[in-house]
Amino acid sequence: MSTGTNDTKNVPGAGSGTAMVKAEGVHKSFGPVEVLKGIDLEVKPSEVFCLIGPSGSGKSTFLRCINHLEKVNAGRLYVDGELVGYRQKGDKLYELKDSEVALKRRDIGMVFQRFNLFPHMTALENVMEAPVQVKGVSRAQARERAGQLLERVGLADKAGNYPSQLSGGQQQRVAIARALAMEPKLMLFDEPTSALDPELVGDVLDVMRDLAESGMTMIVVTHEMGFAREVGDSLVFMDEGVVVESGHPREVLTNPRHERTQSFLSKVL
Amino acid sequence: MNDFKKTDSSADTPAAGPEAIRAIPVRHYGRYVAAVVALGIFGLLVWAFANGDINWGAIPDYFFNDRILKGVRETLVLTFLSMLIGIVGGVVLAVMRLSKNPVTSSIAWFYIWFFRGTPVLVQLFVWFNLGFVFEYVNLGPIYKDQWADFMTPFLTALLGLGLNEAAYMAEICRAGLLSVDEGQTEASHALGMSHGKTLRRIVIPQAMRVIVPPTGNEVINMLKTTSLVAAVQYPELLRFSQDIGTTSGATVEMLFLAAAWYLIMTSVLSVGQYYVERYYARGSSRALPPTPIQKIKANVLSLSNRSGGGAKA
Ligand SMILES: Nc1ncnc2c1ncn2[C@@H]1O[C@H](COP(=O)(O)OP(=O)(O)OP(=O)(O)O)[C@@H](O)[C@H]1O
Ligand SMILES: [Mg+2]
Repeated sequence: MSTGTNDTKNVPGAGSGTAMVKAEGVHKSFGPVEVLKGIDLEVKPSEVFCLIGPSGSGKSTFLRCINHLEKVNAGRLYVDGELVGYRQKGDKLYELKDSEVALKRRDIGMVFQRFNLFPHMTALENVMEAPVQVKGVSRAQARERAGQLLERVGLADKAGNYPSQLSGGQQQRVAIARALAMEPKLMLFDEPTSALDPELVGDVLDVMRDLAESGMTMIVVTHEMGFAREVGDSLVFMDEGVVVESGHPREVLTNPRHERTQSFLSKVL
Repeated sequence: MNDFKKTDSSADTPAAGPEAIRAIPVRHYGRYVAAVVALGIFGLLVWAFANGDINWGAIPDYFFNDRILKGVRETLVLTFLSMLIGIVGGVVLAVMRLSKNPVTSSIAWFYIWFFRGTPVLVQLFVWFNLGFVFEYVNLGPIYKDQWADFMTPFLTALLGLGLNEAAYMAEICRAGLLSVDEGQTEASHALGMSHGKTLRRIVIPQAMRVIVPPTGNEVINMLKTTSLVAAVQYPELLRFSQDIGTTSGATVEMLFLAAAWYLIMTSVLSVGQYYVERYYARGSSRALPPTPIQKIKANVLSLSNRSGGGAKA
């Protein structure tokens, strides 16, 4: 359990003041397969943090660990100074109850590659669902707020459409609005545009760019190097469960120091 | 056909586009032959029954007989209550079966194995005869009575049918729950929804699309299976019809009468099923399927269009 505690950094458990997300030696295995092999990184508030890397390198897994959809096997992961999934008392860790985990997930929005909109609800109902069910917001209030959010992602006129009646790009924008409805302090994007036709990618990236400008902290797994370069504040290249290289996006993308980064970038650029 | 008709009428005014296609449709001679043969056989059957020794008049005479109506009522009540037990039990068993706890999932597995693996008639007889095994029903201070007083024919019928049905419904519900994409649960959890809310608001409504059609079949099956409970002394439609048949001497006629009532009831249920399915299909396809009335309208329209076009040609 105590792997990867960096002695140079402050005491684990005390939180780290400013970091929105902090990973210290995060390990994750599925059975015998070790997918994350000690991830250390720090995401500051209001930062747009891009995560790139080849398929199977563990990007999605890491993202899912942040809102405890996956359990970390070793190391420590903090969101806003609080340990994810556990409570620390002395040097013992106690697993959080499902309800406590759910409470923390309210503050973390997630956008999936395959949208995962609720197909039996209209766009508006998708956006209203969590505020009403989780926060107990009145339906009228939730409806009004959902309308505003749909307008913000440019879909005010599609409020009554079911997901099957929307294009992929529109669905993904509804999914972003749905996550924003919970007023999260952190947004996770898992390849939000890679299931989209090229001409639909732009609309989704525009929404994400606006969101970044509004000061949202975002972790973005993406293959859109243009987006990373323009909007990203920092970028991490992951391969085989480790962070290979990190730095400012322009720096890493134009002058990759590591050979593995170079060969990956030469393939995707 | 429709489209041709449309271009047809617009052909009166000089059309700017290319000339409308007027092709002679393919003739399906095989279909005509098959239809003639089928009609012939049907005619023979009607002739045979019309000339058999059947007192058709007895059927309308007894159709709304008090005892028949009582039987219909009993059949419907029994169907409704057994299905209620079946559905509630089925949902519980399905959730148990899918639970991560090996004890609960094994219990559910065993239940389903047992009740699906034995004939419902045998189960009914077992419930009926349990009085020979247990003299008393003893629930401690709450309830104590002789088994025979507790286990009325009605309760025997209800438990026999309902508990058996729960095993089938469990499999149907399980298939429904499994049919919902895991991404849905994940998205719901990521929004901070609890397990219970996720199941109730997100998973079950989507599972219903898979659950409803076979459940409709189960209801219709159940309506017919209730006729078995005559064997445990509970009177329903079939039993009353048979009784009237013996006393009035119109045995076969009363069976026809019962069959007619079963048909009426199953038909009404099928219509109900259609609308329930339509309700749960919302969001799954771009447009809702038409109601039967809309379908009939559309067919009539296209027929009149077709004959109109034919007259012209
Ligand atoms: N639930 C699971 N059970 C077993 N193995 C898993 C599971 N989830 C992920 N893996 C494995 O973990 C590895 C990393 O997967 P992950 O989805 O994190 O990769 P990724 O970097 O997001 O790739 P991609 O770019 O293709 O989305 C893969 O080899 C995958 O097969
Ligand atoms: Mg992935």
